[in-house]
Amino acid sequence: MKTIPLAIIGAGPAGIAAALTAARHGLKPVVFDEQPAPGGQIYRALESTPLRDPELLGQDYWHGRSLIEALRRESVDYRPGHMVWQLTRDGEIGVLAGDTAALIRAERIVLATGAQERPFPVPGWTLPGVMGAGAAQVLLKTSGVVAQAPMVLAGSGPLLYLVAVQYLRAGAKVAAILETTSKENRRLALAHIGGAIRGWRYLKKGAELLRELKRAGVRHERHVVALRAEGDETLTGVGWRTADRPDDWQHCEATTLLLHHGVVPNVQMTRALGGAHDWSEQQLCWRPRRDAFGRSDIENFFIAGDGGGIGGARAAQLQGELAALAALESLGHIDGPTLAREAAPARRKLDAELVVRPFLDALYRPGDSWRRPDDDVVVCRCEEISAGEIRRVAKLGCAGPNQMKSFTRCGMGPCQGRLCGLTVSEILAAENDQSLEQTGYYRLRPPFKPITLGQLASAAGGAPEAPARNETETAS
Amino acid sequence: MKPTALVIGGGLHGASAATQLARSGFRVTVVEKNYAGRHASGVNAGGVRRLGRHPAEIPLAVAALARWQRLETLIGDDGGFHPCGQIKVAENDEDMARLVSRAAEVRELGFDHEIILSREELRRRVPAVAPHCVGALACDGDGAANPYRTLTAWRRQSQREGAIWREGVQVTRVDRVPGGGWRLSTDHPDLPGLDADWLINCAGGWAGGLCGALDECVAMQPQALMLTITERVTPFLGPVIGSASRALSFKQMDNGSVMIGGGIAGCIDTGGEHADVRLAGLAQNVQTALGLFPFMRDVRVVRTWAGIEGVTGDGIPVLGLSWRHPRLIHSFGYSAHGFQLSAITGEIVRDLALEREPALPIAPFDIRRFDSSSAAARASHTH
Amino acid sequence: MFAYLKRPEEGRTVTIEYEGRKLIARAGDTVAAALLASGIDRFRSTPVSQSPRGPWCMMGACFDCLLEIDGVPNRQGCQVTVVEGMTVRSQQGARRVSP
Repeated sequence: MKTIPLAIIGAGPAGIAAALTAARHGLKPVVFDEQPAPGGQIYRALESTPLRDPELLGQDYWHGRSLIEALRRESVDYRPGHMVWQLTRDGEIGVLAGDTAALIRAERIVLATGAQERPFPVPGWTLPGVMGAGAAQVLLKTSGVVAQAPMVLAGSGPLLYLVAVQYLRAGAKVAAILETTSKENRRLALAHIGGAIRGWRYLKKGAELLRELKRAGVRHERHVVALRAEGDETLTGVGWRTADRPDDWQHCEATTLLLHHGVVPNVQMTRALGGAHDWSEQQLCWRPRRDAFGRSDIENFFIAGDGGGIGGARAAQLQGELAALAALESLGHIDGPTLAREAAPARRKLDAELVVRPFLDALYRPGDSWRRPDDDVVVCRCEEISAGEIRRVAKLGCAGPNQMKSFTRCGMGPCQGRLCGLTVSEILAAENDQSLEQTGYYRLRPPFKPITLGQLASAAGGAPEAPARNETETAS
Repeated sequence: MKPTALVIGGGLHGASAATQLARSGFRVTVVEKNYAGRHASGVNAGGVRRLGRHPAEIPLAVAALARWQRLETLIGDDGGFHPCGQIKVAENDEDMARLVSRAAEVRELGFDHEIILSREELRRRVPAVAPHCVGALACDGDGAANPYRTLTAWRRQSQREGAIWREGVQVTRVDRVPGGGWRLSTDHPDLPGLDADWLINCAGGWAGGLCGALDECVAMQPQALMLTITERVTPFLGPVIGSASRALSFKQMDNGSVMIGGGIAGCIDTGGEHADVRLAGLAQNVQTALGLFPFMRDVRVVRTWAGIEGVTGDGIPVLGLSWRHPRLIHSFGYSAHGFQLSAITGEIVRDLALEREPALPIAPFDIRRFDSSSAAARASHTH
Repeated sequence: MFAYLKRPEEGRTVTIEYEGRKLIARAGDTVAAALLASGIDRFRSTPVSQSPRGPWCMMGACFDCLLEIDGVPNRQGCQVTVVEGMTVRSQQGARRVSP
């Protein structure tokens, strides 16, 4: 098996910044990315988007141009269309490119696998026509494809406003925004106003987006407490209740419903590697443990960007630089003083970047009933397991997600728990009156994404037999 | 006063023993260091198989199947048992000769559950199997079940019979109490000491360590046995398929996904609580499966995993009384084929604890077979 | 229901076939985007309950946009780029295998 010094997984802002940092220090890294072009989700399709008017997608999107241009220019072995399906603690990476599965070993690995949208389980969320707001953004950026009227946005968080505004700028229509942010959240967020003021740029941006929506006369329903997607074969309408009229289901026609409750780290790889994860009550998600440089608790693995906790694209970029510096130092490529010197400005900027987070996290925190839905709501989309079934099996004494999985197959479908894992852990913790740490999360195993039996059989063909540790070290 | 028993290990054999002991009047406590069915008991391939058993295990497997057939009456749930049959295919004449002599051997022992299938009969029962297969050995009435569901049903039944389960409790020390009986120390602040008349070792992959603490000789290692599961596909296979000469267990589950196993070992981390898959072993296992079902090449693997199990030096379990200590019973080392037997092993443990002769022959599972000094002593005694 | 903001420019399109129907897509689009832009939002029915599904995440996480692409079932429509002459089919229930 070929061994390389540094592999970076993911080509979003964190992965690109890590690659550029390594290249700048004379070490050529290999970047594996599943997407056909660099940028991750935030700068997706930046080189090819048909929406060339800079006003439309906005400054934050076009900020990625300098990063992507540098990636193309610098000495980086960038490999798009390469899906990493396996990783071991000793640095073995299973990669699938086209139909070919191969193994390569890296001495240091930077995981920059980013975030995904938080699951948003409501009645009818599996209907065609109901999507994540992030999915609509991908369609807009990559293809200039927009939902036809009537389209409804529901949930909370800056992305919700951003998608609405991008739609309006593109000449598309938004029938309504159903905002789930509670009055309580506004009060609780005020406790963090100090950070928010220091991070005033974010507040200003949010206020501008809201102004733009108001100017356009978009219907904006606030304090929504319940939501349902309606239709049989496909979405035909949306129903909701508000805190002010808690007994009335209000209703509007819709052929597209875009849901958003923020983003959460993609922990598939850090979990499969057996790294430590902490529950963040602030962000309501699992965060793989990492230090200020992104060093994980797994030797030779580094975590950069939103995959380690949500900080946004600018923070991810800085974390990418830091993780690469730490990796270079641990390779002996740079010394300790160089690491300290080079890291100082990035760490300062990162602190400034993250100062607004507690405010945003408190303001846009989805309420309990959104994260732990009623019994009739499907939680595991693949195996079609409802919240009620999870509660029923919990009563049989299945206290954790892995028992639940063995019993019901919940989380065992092709998405491997990406769309149900958080919900299952949160429901079980509430049912058993346990903490999230006590409840835990799915044990994840390769392949991170399905590969064919043929690819699996051939992948190990040329590979030497891995040492059978069990035969020597754990003899009883 | 009721006699008391402590069962170490909340897997299938522990749950089965706890159920039968509690039903027979023992006050039972099960101590499990993690959660019930955390390792092999919860995540094995679920084969309910008499086919191909070691001769010593055949009487137990036959008796166990009778329990599986009325599992719902016994423990309130059928465990998802599906008597779809088990078939071991021969890929060449040499394989076939081996199977034919195996069938004869089983008949000679007085059993008739293993039958030879001709090439045509195999094709009729398993049209999907590769055309080079020349025949098979089959066992009708065998099948498969859902391991974790079965384990949960046994656990709940034992609780209905009065057994107490202590999960997340690690035994740190085992002491004999003067005058007979046992005392366990644990890492749990609320359970500093647990006392009982009888100690039942059902500790699976960790039973060897317990034996070491008790000065018992046994050749056993924990192994992490790997499984692969695919996406759902349309139905093409009824029975569970094995191979005459290669390590394989291949079955299509009710939901359409295909499970591939065969007792291939993965890795166990040094802490011993976490098993990892080993790619080379998996690849070899999958290659074997593709040899018999080549059309599966483009079907996707959704997940792989490994469950930790105790595997003995001779591949058959330890089941019986200790000869070193009174009131100690061993039931472990099922070596990747204990799932089916769990339906009967609890009854044997119960008989031993009631100090009566078990209804089934268990001499071959005696722990003294691993003790060279005692084996020598027995040998000299008989001559 | 989705559509292109502006029809893809001449000469920068590819034609694919979906369930026997010709669809014009922008070169570089994913199969999922191309189908959505042509007004198709129901991609398949599930193996569990035959309930209808279409794309949810468009970033490779959810596996709800599974399609049969050039004869290979269960491919993620949002991760495959359109190619001239590509044949795409909807999937009903579990993927078919033919021994």
